[in-house]
Amino acid sequence: MTALDEIKIGGMGASRKRVEDNRFIRGKGNYVDDIVLPGMLHMEILRSPLAHARIRSVDASKAWEIPGVRLVMTGEMMATRNLAWMPTLSYDTQAVLATDKVRFQGQEVACVIADDPYIAKDACEAIVVDYEPLPVIVNPTQAMAADAPIIRDDKENQHDNVVYDWEVGDRAGTDRAFEQADVISKLELHYPRSHPSPIECCGSIADFNRATSKLTVYMTSQAPHIIRAAVALVAEIPEHMIRIVSPDLGGGFGNKVPVYPGYVMSILASILLERPVKWIEDKSGNLISTGFGRDVYLHGQMALRKDGKILGVRMHTDADHGAFFSDAQPSKFKIGLMHSTFACYDIPTAHLTARGMYTNKAPGGVAYRCSFRVTEAMFFQERMVHAAANDLGMDQAEFRRLNFVRDDDFPHRTPFGFLTDSGQYGKCLDVGLAAIGYQDFLKEKEEARKHGRLLGIGLSSMTEPLGAGNSREYDILGIKMFDSAELRVHMTGKAILRTGAKSQGQGHETTWAQIVAHELGLPAEDVTVEEGDTDTAPFGMGTYASRSTPVAGAAVAMVSRKVRAKARKLAAHLLEVSEEDVEWELGRFYVRGAPDRGVTIQECAMAAYSNMPDGMEPGLENVSYYDPPNLTWPFGLYIVTVEVDPATGVWDVLRVVAVDDCGVRINPMIVEGQIMGGLTEAFAMASMQFITFDAEGNCVGSNYMDYLLPTAWETPGFELHEVVTPCPHHPIGAKGVGECATVGGPAAFVNAVMDAIGDSAVRNIDMPLLPDRVYQALTERCDVSGAPPVRSDD
Amino acid sequence: MSSLYEEIKPTPASDVPVRRVTITVNGEKRVAEVEPRLLLAHLIRQGLRLTGTHTGCDTSNCGACTVLLDGIPIKSCTMLAVQADGHAVTTVEGLATASELHPVQEGFKDEHGLQCGFCTPGMMLAAKALLDANPDPTEDEVRWALSGNLCRCTGYQNIVKSVLWAAEKLRSQSAS
Repeated sequence: MTALDEIKIGGMGASRKRVEDNRFIRGKGNYVDDIVLPGMLHMEILRSPLAHARIRSVDASKAWEIPGVRLVMTGEMMATRNLAWMPTLSYDTQAVLATDKVRFQGQEVACVIADDPYIAKDACEAIVVDYEPLPVIVNPTQAMAADAPIIRDDKENQHDNVVYDWEVGDRAGTDRAFEQADVISKLELHYPRSHPSPIECCGSIADFNRATSKLTVYMTSQAPHIIRAAVALVAEIPEHMIRIVSPDLGGGFGNKVPVYPGYVMSILASILLERPVKWIEDKSGNLISTGFGRDVYLHGQMALRKDGKILGVRMHTDADHGAFFSDAQPSKFKIGLMHSTFACYDIPTAHLTARGMYTNKAPGGVAYRCSFRVTEAMFFQERMVHAAANDLGMDQAEFRRLNFVRDDDFPHRTPFGFLTDSGQYGKCLDVGLAAIGYQDFLKEKEEARKHGRLLGIGLSSMTEPLGAGNSREYDILGIKMFDSAELRVHMTGKAILRTGAKSQGQGHETTWAQIVAHELGLPAEDVTVEEGDTDTAPFGMGTYASRSTPVAGAAVAMVSRKVRAKARKLAAHLLEVSEEDVEWELGRFYVRGAPDRGVTIQECAMAAYSNMPDGMEPGLENVSYYDPPNLTWPFGLYIVTVEVDPATGVWDVLRVVAVDDCGVRINPMIVEGQIMGGLTEAFAMASMQFITFDAEGNCVGSNYMDYLLPTAWETPGFELHEVVTPCPHHPIGAKGVGECATVGGPAAFVNAVMDAIGDSAVRNIDMPLLPDRVYQALTERCDVSGAPPVRSDD
Repeated sequence: MSSLYEEIKPTPASDVPVRRVTITVNGEKRVAEVEPRLLLAHLIRQGLRLTGTHTGCDTSNCGACTVLLDGIPIKSCTMLAVQADGHAVTTVEGLATASELHPVQEGFKDEHGLQCGFCTPGMMLAAKALLDANPDPTEDEVRWALSGNLCRCTGYQNIVKSVLWAAEKLRSQSAS
C-alpha cells in the first residue's frame, strides 16, 4: 500500500479549485432575489428625507387606492402590535417603523406590500408624511454640547446623547509612565464613516404558512441562527416554528449581521397577508440605513524613551453610533475589541477611555470586515507608531522591531489583558523589507526629493484577535460564541458536512471539505458542504470577525476526529484485532506491525451500515460544538510605496507588499484571494471610500455615483508573501485571515503619503486622502480634518 | 398562448399602457408584453427567469447587471426593455453551451477570479466583449475594459488574470 497523497485528494495545503464556482460562473447561484415563491408579494420601504424631525402625521390613504396594493404599514400600526421597536444585538432598541420622530435620513417610516415592486414604489410615493424639523447632530462634539437636543428621548433615563462611557487598562500606571517619558507623541484623527457595501443589498422573503404555523424566512444573513433567536424573541413565534435560510450571499463584510427593520416588516406582512412577501433593498437604502463601519475619533498619546522604547500608551476614542446602537457586540466590551490595540508591541502599561455617542446618522457601527472594531484599533496604533518614530527621528522599521513582542516572549499578555500566543513578527518584517528593497527605496526617495519628486514609504504591522470567542469572555445577547459542525458519512464513503457558519464568498464549500479530507482521508470531492439553513445546520454564531476557520473550521476538524474514532472501532472489528493494535494513516487503518493488513475509511463506512460489531450503534456520524480556548492572533505586515504629485495632491501607488502569517493555510489560493480583497478595501478607505454628512444630516455617499469604490483601473497590484507560525491551540494550526489586510492595510497607505509629504508640520490628514486634502496639507502645511459636517455644496 | 393555462388579470383601474417587444435572448426569440417603464434587467430576471443577471446599484455604476446587446456590454438596470426591442441580448446563461464552458468561465474558475459570485456574470460578459474585439489585450486594457464593473471581494488582480487566461485559451483555440 502506498500512502494517500493529501494534495491529490484535495486536503490541507491544496489550492483546490472552488466547488461553488461551478454554479456561479454559469449564473446559477441562488441569491435571495433569485427565489420566487407561489403567490409572492413585494414590499418597498418609504424612508425619511430628514435627519431629525417629529412626525406630525402619516397619511397613506392615497396609497391604499392604487390597484395592486395589498397592505400599507405605518409606525402607528406596528405600535398596536408592539412591534414599532425591536431590540438590537448591542443591547439597545431600534425603531422598526418611526412613530414619534425620525432620527436619521433614510429611517423607515412606512412600507407598502403590493403585487409587484413597481406598484409598491408608486404607492410609497403616494404616502404623505408631515414632518416638523428638529435640530440635527452629525458629530460627537455637537452631541456633547450642553444645549444639544436629546436624540433618544424615547428611552427612559436617557438625559444626554451618550451610549456608553467605558474604560480599560491601568490609569495610574499609565500616568506614571508618562511622567517618566523623554518624549510624548500625540496624534488626533478621525477614522471616517465607511460602508461595507456588498454589491448585493439586503433582502428577505418571509413565508408564513398558516396551516403549519411555520415561518420560513429566506434572507441575507451572515448569522442565520442568531436571527432565528431574535425572531423568536421579537415576534414571539416558537423557535422550532422558525426556519431561517440564508442562501448564496453576494458579499457581506459585516453588513449582513444585524437585524434590520425590513426583515421584521416582511415577516409581519407575511403573517398578516398569509402570502410570501419579498423585500429587496435598493442600493441607496442599503447605503443610507444599514450598518456602516468606523466613524471614530482618536485622541492618542505615547510615552517614549529617547532610545525608542515605548513606555506607555493613552487613548481616548469617541465613536459616532448614529441614532441607534444597533451593530452586534460582545456583551462585555462596549467598543468591541478596540482594546486589542498595540497587541504586537511589548508595552508595559496603557489606558483607554471610550465613549459612544448618538447622532442623527444611520445606526450601527458594525465591524466592517474586522473583528469588532479592530480596524480602528490597528489604524490608530499604526498611525501613532508612525508619528512616534518620526518624533524620535527613528527609522520606521527599526522603531517597530525594537518594540515588537519577541518570538520567545509568547504567551504574551497585552497591556489591556489579551493573551497573544504565537508569532514571528521580526521575521515578517525581514521578509517585507527584503521584498520591497527597503534601503534602496529610502535612497531613491532622497534622490527623488532633490528633483522635487515626492516619494514615500509606509509600514503597518499588527496582530489582531480573530475568532471569537472563548465562551468565558464572548457572547452576544448572552449566547456564547462557539460554533459547530455535523458530519455524516454515508455507506459508500461519501459524506455531508454542515456547519453553523455561513459563507459569503469565503469558499467554505471548498475548504471545509479539505479539512475533512485531511482528517479522514476522504477525497474532498466526496464531501458535500451545506450551510445557512437553521432547520438542518447545527447551531452556530455565523461568519464575521474572521471567525469561520478559527471556530467552525476547528469544529470540522474535531467532528472528523470523532468520526475517525468510531471508524477505528469498525476497523478493529473488520481486521479482527483489538482497537489498540490498529494504526492510522491518511485514509486507512492497518494492523500494527503488519501494514499490508488494512481497511480504508470507505470500508469502515460500509461496515457502519452493513457489518457493525454486536452492540455497536449503526451509522457513522457525529456533531461537534467547538468552544475555542483563545482567539487566534494572525500577524500582518503591509508596506506601500507612493508618489505624490505636489502640483495636484494626487498620489499613485507604486508597490504594495503584504506579509501575512495566518498560521497553517488550508487552501493557499483562497487565502491569497482573501488578502487581495482585503488590501483593496484598505486602498479604498485610504483613497476614496467614505460616507459623510452635511450640517442638515444629508448623507453624502448615498449611491455609487457619490460613494466611490475602486475599480480594476484604480486598484494597484499586490505582492504577497507568507510566514507560517501555527496557532498553538487550533486543532489544525490555522488562524483567521479574511480581515487582516483590511485591518492592517489602511495605515500603510496613509503612512506612505505622510512620508512623501515629509513635513513635520503635517501630522495627519484624515482618510480618505483625497487630492484636495493632500494639496491643502502640502500648501498650507497643516493637518487636514475630514470630520463632518461637510459643506453641502462640496 | 404560450402554455396550457395563463391567468388573465382583471384590467387595472388606471389604464397601464403595454408594449409588445421581441428580443432575441441567448439565440432564442422571446416575445413579451411589457410596461414601457419596465427595466431590461427586470424583464430578464423576473420575466424570463434568467436570474444570472444581477441588479446591484440601480445607477449603472456596479455592472452586476451587464449583458451584451448585439455584442456590446450594457447595463441592463438602466435600459428599458422597450429599448431592447428588435435586438439580441446575451446573458451569462448564454455563455456556455450544454457541454462546454466558455473560456472566460473556465478562466474565472481556474484563476480564482470570483468569491461571492455576485459581480461575476457581469464581469464575464464585459470580458467576453473585450476579447471578441481584442483577442490579445494587455493587463491595462483588461483593467480599463472592466472598469465599469465593481467587485468587492477579489481586488481585481485575479479577475485580470482570469481574463488573460481566457484570452490565451481563445487564441490557442483559434490557432488550432
